[in-house]
Amino acid sequence: MAIFKEKHYLRVKLDKETDESLWMQCKSCGELVFKRRVRENNNICPYCGEYFFLTAKERIESLIDEGSFTDISKPIMAADPLLFQDTKPYPQRIEEAQQKTGLADAIIIGNAAISGIVVVVGVMDFRFIGGSMGSVMGEQICHGMEEAIRNHYPFILVSSSGGARIQEGILSLMQMAKTSVVRARLAEQRLPFISVMTYPTTAGVQASIASLGDVIIAEKGAMIGFAGRRVIKGTIAEELPPNYQTDSFALEHGSIDRVANREYLREELSNVLRFFVRQ
Amino acid sequence: MAEKRAIELLEAKIQELRELNKMEEIDMSSEIARLAEKLEALKIDTYSNLSDWERVKIARHPERPYALDYIDKIFTDFYELHGDRLIGDDRALLVGLAQLQGKPVVLLAQQKGRSTEENKQRYFGMPRPQGYRKAKRIMALAERFSFPLISLIDTPGAYPGLEAEEFNIGGAIANNLLAMAKLPTPTIAVIIGEGGSGGALAVGVADRVLMLENATYSVISPEGASAILWKDKGKTRQAAQALNLTAEHLLKLGVVDEVIPEPLGGAHKDPQKTVASLKEVLIRHFAEVCNTPLEELLSARYKRYRSFGCYRTLSDR
Ligand SMILES: [Zn+2]
Repeated sequence: MAIFKEKHYLRVKLDKETDESLWMQCKSCGELVFKRRVRENNNICPYCGEYFFLTAKERIESLIDEGSFTDISKPIMAADPLLFQDTKPYPQRIEEAQQKTGLADAIIIGNAAISGIVVVVGVMDFRFIGGSMGSVMGEQICHGMEEAIRNHYPFILVSSSGGARIQEGILSLMQMAKTSVVRARLAEQRLPFISVMTYPTTAGVQASIASLGDVIIAEKGAMIGFAGRRVIKGTIAEELPPNYQTDSFALEHGSIDRVANREYLREELSNVLRFFVRQ
Repeated sequence: MAEKRAIELLEAKIQELRELNKMEEIDMSSEIARLAEKLEALKIDTYSNLSDWERVKIARHPERPYALDYIDKIFTDFYELHGDRLIGDDRALLVGLAQLQGKPVVLLAQQKGRSTEENKQRYFGMPRPQGYRKAKRIMALAERFSFPLISLIDTPGAYPGLEAEEFNIGGAIANNLLAMAKLPTPTIAVIIGEGGSGGALAVGVADRVLMLENATYSVISPEGASAILWKDKGKTRQAAQALNLTAEHLLKLGVVDEVIPEPLGGAHKDPQKTVASLKEVLIRHFAEVCNTPLEELLSARYKRYRSFGCYRTLSDR
């Protein structure tokens, strides 16, 4: 079934993109800022501190030792097992997301070093159908954990996902179980799994692999939770506090271990890894 | 639906003739037999071509047998255990000990309410973190005493609410998935009504997954998919069709091992018959998993869940 145009989306290289437009306007404070300056500042507005979205590539760059990344993602992409069609066919959605992001699906798996400690890292990209977890993401996460087991590395997962990918139906739901059975094996091998929750880590991803870290760190500004504001308002019309499902809400109620500012996330990871890895 | 009204009328007519038959001297039995035959044909015609959306409605039918109806008839000595030892006792997810074929088992059962009052108590069958943590506590008990675990699934989903979020319902579900992934005892899950997403899966990772013919199991409700994907609340029929949420589809996808047949028109048309069918299938699988060495069960469970998914290989550069 050649429904997808085959392209070479894999092997992400962290080369600097050439970007024609030099300036951007901050959505929060309205200041005009030099794009390069924002990029060098972890996509944080230098004037008001607003966090802009990080793509998976940018996230990897911001967390790891320069030049240490190798993409080890499996060479796979979404199929269309249910021949799913909502307002457009699923294959079309996939192709559009691939064109927009240059990625095969919503996650990249790689080997990298953080302060010299070699790890397997998985990073989600929200731009790809809301970072949703379907068969490909589930398989990639399992593959990442298996690589960690094979080489005896820690595993780090940076989540940015609205939950399961509806277009793969029950098979997406099963990814929650699938990642959990492999996570159990990682634990058997006594390899650390650090889960980093960013904006957003919700629904099926929060209710499975992202909540199963030995240590769970949220990026400041993250959204963490199971049922979104709209779902709750729609079904039970309950008043919700303004900090509902924020990083501070999750910390206050004991759902996560720590919160870190974006610029300290790398340090946060290297600090925690040191307890598990002797160099 | 016109066919349904025709069936009801025919049923009433037969009933009437039966009453008449008892009272009068006239023998109506041949007429009754003729009408019964006609009724059966009409039922087969009406119910064997149910759309996926019609099955969703049957799965949610207020007269459908619920978990306790099966427990009463299939198990003996159900002994409920309460509370998660932390916050409280959830009434949408019941746990306890029971005997099946003379063997002690641990039961997890999602239970909807019949009356408005009961539904309020049971949160319409939507378990809260208290429920999932109670289930996890009982899984530990099953492990300690090597009791097989049987889970009856029937929920629209985990409860969406502020308190549930405060108590980290997502984390509670995640930890149940992990616990069931490695639980060293035979496990069977039966979807008897609605298998609502993570709220169902959180008690549904098992060596055998069985499903009643008109039950549903889905990543999201047709209403949810309709609102999110079509941005239109009226597309529930299409959504139900697209999600592949019926037992027949799930058997093909390998998510379910066996489909348990229901009487024509759904389990509520003949609860006794449904209970008998479920019992027969459950006992067969129960004997099988109990007679399989644990190592083998665990390795098969791992393989089963590890292999879920469907994707294509890319030619690499
Ligand atoms: Zn700004």
